[in-house]
Amino acid sequence: MSLADKYPQEVKKILAKYPPEYKRSAVMPLLYLAQRQDGYITKASVQDIAGMLDMTTTDVVSIVGFYTLFHDQRAGKYRMQVCTDLPCAMRGADRFLEELCSHLGIKVGETTSDGLVTVEAVMCLAGCDRAPMFQLQTAEGLEYHENMSVDKTLELIAALKNSGGEVK
Amino acid sequence: MEHILLRHREIPDLKKLDVYRKNGGFQAFQKAVTQMRPAEVTELVKASGLRGRGGAGFPTGVKWSFIPEGIYPRYVVANADESEPGTFKDREILEGNPYQFLEGVAIACYAVEAHVGYVYLRGEFWRLAQEIEACITELEQAGLLGQALFGTDYSLRIHAHVGAGAYICGEESALLESIEGKLGQPRIRPPFPATSGLFGKPTVINNVETLTNLPLILEKGADWYRSMGTADSPGVKIFSLSGRVKKPGNYELPFGLTFRQLIFESGGGILDDRPVKAIMAAGASSSLIVADDKALDTKLDYASVRTLGADLGSASVIVIDDTVSISWVISKTIHFFKHESCGKCTPCREGTYWMMHLIDRIEQGEATRENVELLHTVAKQMQNKCLCALGEFATMAPVTGIERFPVDFKASPAGGLHA
Repeated sequence: MSLADKYPQEVKKILAKYPPEYKRSAVMPLLYLAQRQDGYITKASVQDIAGMLDMTTTDVVSIVGFYTLFHDQRAGKYRMQVCTDLPCAMRGADRFLEELCSHLGIKVGETTSDGLVTVEAVMCLAGCDRAPMFQLQTAEGLEYHENMSVDKTLELIAALKNSGGEVK
Repeated sequence: MEHILLRHREIPDLKKLDVYRKNGGFQAFQKAVTQMRPAEVTELVKASGLRGRGGAGFPTGVKWSFIPEGIYPRYVVANADESEPGTFKDREILEGNPYQFLEGVAIACYAVEAHVGYVYLRGEFWRLAQEIEACITELEQAGLLGQALFGTDYSLRIHAHVGAGAYICGEESALLESIEGKLGQPRIRPPFPATSGLFGKPTVINNVETLTNLPLILEKGADWYRSMGTADSPGVKIFSLSGRVKKPGNYELPFGLTFRQLIFESGGGILDDRPVKAIMAAGASSSLIVADDKALDTKLDYASVRTLGADLGSASVIVIDDTVSISWVISKTIHFFKHESCGKCTPCREGTYWMMHLIDRIEQGEATRENVELLHTVAKQMQNKCLCALGEFATMAPVTGIERFPVDFKASPAGGLHA
């Protein structure tokens, strides 16, 4: 099913934001919509969006590749993306990430064996004064979790597991 | 002193439209639309001395006046792509005082006769983007955005556009490319955005904090604004303070206080009361400042910080104490810029790649003196050759780190370097 069939209101609203002769501007919002639908950007979505916006599939794939919040592969249900940039690192972010991964029995970039959480190191998230911090990316969107400790994070993961997947 | 930008800290629920309006909200925009010509708004902002808060510090009113006459449509784009390590001020404005920001966008639109404005938010501000969209809807319902505003023939729409994770999109021409649905890569200039910007039309791009100043400047006047700060840098600035300080956070202060006041009075001093070793005044893009008494007593304004061989930029002050090695600091900044280089121009794409390999070797203790010199040379060779400022930014910490903190790059007896 195409995005326009599945989300007619959203697609219409997105396209209305840009001049009709520049409908390519809608590619990023439409990719978000596709990612929300499938959890990642599928080849079918790429073709769907390319057709809708008169773009080549190569162009659409290049957008997916360039921007780090778009994913062309399935990962854990939650992507736990820890900022390890300079200000966070001076407040223990590297150690936090290392200890978290060791508790989960995974390496950075890997997914827990139950498929729940993929832990990643990412660049600055504008939360420098509240490190250690991470964002939790799901198909639905993003949540920030700040002033975190390994214990608090493990509690959060347990809660996510028990809730069957709802964020927060 | 009461806040001018972070007013939500004094006024509860300022992020609700009725509370914002009860506190004078949208009277400045109404006054502009009903009582002032667009050029008068620009002149007032010029007279206030407001300078761009995104990092470049360019006078805002002057920037607006570069829009050529007679070419329409025009666009205003608010840069809410805040992604510089050490910078988290725009986020607090958007979270706590979104309507003052949006009123600023509206005033800027009116000043340059734009009927459409875009707010470009970094993708990580996904939740904030939803809140901003909800604010825009409320403004439309309240008749503060839309057709025939305040009984005039002026109409205005504002749209939010969400990025998807790319530091480079904070560079204004890359940001425009991103809104146009392309890779966020900078454009070759000229033409400048003022003449050929979004969709090839005249475009003004202003930072969130810059725009948030506008409602009160219109309400209280240029002289009031100039009564704060210094002659060179009038008004107030939000300093994002991070790193090894006791109380990191945003501090809205008039320009002209000193680093010492910011770090020790606002920030409560250094963790464990260690000595302060280095300061980065403009986030990861900064030159490293040796934190001696002269530096600590230097005023926080654009001109004064320049006397230290550094820039104030977005005033994202990262504080480094004596427990931190400068080679590790530049390793962090180099990895950041390597990751965020957009790949368009060779000096930045290749330069950040080689800098990363050299600093990794240094950090692993496998480097020779020549490797340090080579890192310095690679960085120097990138300077003045990159397509946009990002390439330049990538070189600031490595060059100044090696030059100003030579002890941190000394060869160990084993031939390696201590970290």
